[in-house]
Amino acid sequence: MKRKLEISELIFKIISYTLLTVFALCCLYPFVYAVSASLSGRAAVEYGSVVLFPKDVQFDAFARMFGDNMFWNAYSNTLFLTLYGTLWSMLTAILGAYALSKRRLLFRKFFNFFLVFTMWFSAGIVPQYLNYLATRDVFRVFGIQDDKWLVVIAMGMAAMNIILLRNAFEGVPSEIEEAAIVDGASEFQVLSTVYIPMSKSTIATVALFFAISRWNGYFWARQMISNSNEHPLQVFIRLRLEQYTDPEIIAGWSETFASDSVIYALIVCSIVPILIIYPFIQKYFAKGVNVGGVKE
Amino acid sequence: MKDRAADFLEFDREAQVYRISPEQAVRDDVEKHYWRHVGVTILKDWRLYIMLVPMLLVFLFWRYFPMYELLGCFKVSDDVVPVSQQLFSGFSYFRRLLAGGDQLSTDFWRALRNTFILSFYGLCFGFPIPIILALFFNEIRSNAARSVYQVLTYLPKFMSTVVMTSLVTMLVKQGSLTTGMGIINQALSNLGLISGEVANAGLLNNPSFFRSIYQISGIWEGAGYDSIVFFAAIIAISPTSYEAAQIDGADKWAQMRYVVLPSILSTIVIMLITRIGSLLNIGYEKVLLLYNTNTYVTADVVSTLANRVGMGNNPQPGVAAAAEMMNNVIGMLLVIGANTIARKASNTSLY
Repeated sequence: MKRKLEISELIFKIISYTLLTVFALCCLYPFVYAVSASLSGRAAVEYGSVVLFPKDVQFDAFARMFGDNMFWNAYSNTLFLTLYGTLWSMLTAILGAYALSKRRLLFRKFFNFFLVFTMWFSAGIVPQYLNYLATRDVFRVFGIQDDKWLVVIAMGMAAMNIILLRNAFEGVPSEIEEAAIVDGASEFQVLSTVYIPMSKSTIATVALFFAISRWNGYFWARQMISNSNEHPLQVFIRLRLEQYTDPEIIAGWSETFASDSVIYALIVCSIVPILIIYPFIQKYFAKGVNVGGVKE
Repeated sequence: MKDRAADFLEFDREAQVYRISPEQAVRDDVEKHYWRHVGVTILKDWRLYIMLVPMLLVFLFWRYFPMYELLGCFKVSDDVVPVSQQLFSGFSYFRRLLAGGDQLSTDFWRALRNTFILSFYGLCFGFPIPIILALFFNEIRSNAARSVYQVLTYLPKFMSTVVMTSLVTMLVKQGSLTTGMGIINQALSNLGLISGEVANAGLLNNPSFFRSIYQISGIWEGAGYDSIVFFAAIIAISPTSYEAAQIDGADKWAQMRYVVLPSILSTIVIMLITRIGSLLNIGYEKVLLLYNTNTYVTADVVSTLANRVGMGNNPQPGVAAAAEMMNNVIGMLLVIGANTIARKASNTSLY
């Protein structure tokens, strides 16, 4: 009996390690290939002889991209949208979640339903688009010509994130709050000195979710921002991809590097900043997955 | 019955009668002047209600107003006139989509079928793989080695949809052997799995590859990350359960079957509900970025169809809204249905 256990355990262990290694390598390979292709010479890329390591190394594709003003513009637009968007989303979400976490709030059930319903039912792309056009006109009336601000204010609200925050606030022991009130703290002081410090890790997780969705935002940014100088990085990458895979451009290509290398360089440049901060945010990322709002 | 009576009645010993208790008097007063009490409570606690306002406004403006626009599906659409002033035309758009007999109706049925197929395949392949990965992660005893594997498999999740689809597009792109075809078609054609012409045309221009590309890229992107939640459930299992099973002579498979699986079942159920709930909520962004006119046959889903019909040249927002209305209502029924079944079956529910 004991032997049977050991054999089955061993078999399972071998299978696990093999399949995991294969899967992990498959996950990694496209990135390695992207780096190699962005650094390889034109002939090597076009004849498909780049497989793992770069051949005839050149840095012209990167130089070409770094020399492009639009690239830096797109990067700064993305930073703008991510920074202000996350701040705005966090401000509304923390205040709203704090109010929702209070049992004494009137119509609490209704407000909760108001949020949760948006997770069940969304209007869809076209009605949202018509609504954005209408709100854009309203913004214009108030003198906000800049489409970026509309994207900052209108986008990226997620009911799930607010519910995560609400649950964290509900978990704060009420004795501490009462002590603060006895000491004469106002509602806002209670929130900023008791609730926010006591649910720091959930706040970090939610801020990370908001920031990621802002950083990655593509569709609405492309629909809503008409001025190409204001396009964020994601829209820029897509437009360049459409441009550089156009057969006409490829036919007239006369550089020392392949047109593909520029796209790969662009992809590498958009991933690198995330890889740099990845070790710092990883634990919050993993933590946030444990489903919020679950009732058992 | 007696208990409830005692709740609002009070025995007056002197007069030997029951009287309404003071608590009940307050309750009666609240009931009589309900809205005044609401106003007083809100005024007394106004800071709390002010905090709620920005969030409610954002949801009202950009989540609920679009739902009002969605009602355009019942109206005679005319771009200039707002929804409120349009004539009610009943279900004409729905009839046109479901039984119009023209190109639009054919496209709609195709899109609906594609939506179901894409999400059903996602459920069949995308759902079990993270669970299997989590079981494998659990086998690795060394923390350092496991971290390396986990970091490598989470990595693709950190790409945006645009970067991911750009990378996929580049890896399978069209071309000849001298103009840089994608490395994947090159490899597949060298292995003899696809013919030279198919490889030259690019896999994304071939309708028969779209579903596979969609699912494989989805697994590549999400499987590692999705396994976190299952892995967390597995490591929460107490070691004594395994020991007990081992004493009873359970081999590895029996331990999986009788210890691990029952312990993570509630997690699986919850994840399944979320999955079924978003069954029709196909990531339109990803389809939009991967499909093209050549692959509409297998790639076009309801959202992308609505996007083309309602926002392209010559927009028809009414028809598009009707298409999305059907999609969303079916989607919502699926969420609520899945949730109810799960609650009945295992006392686990999401909402």
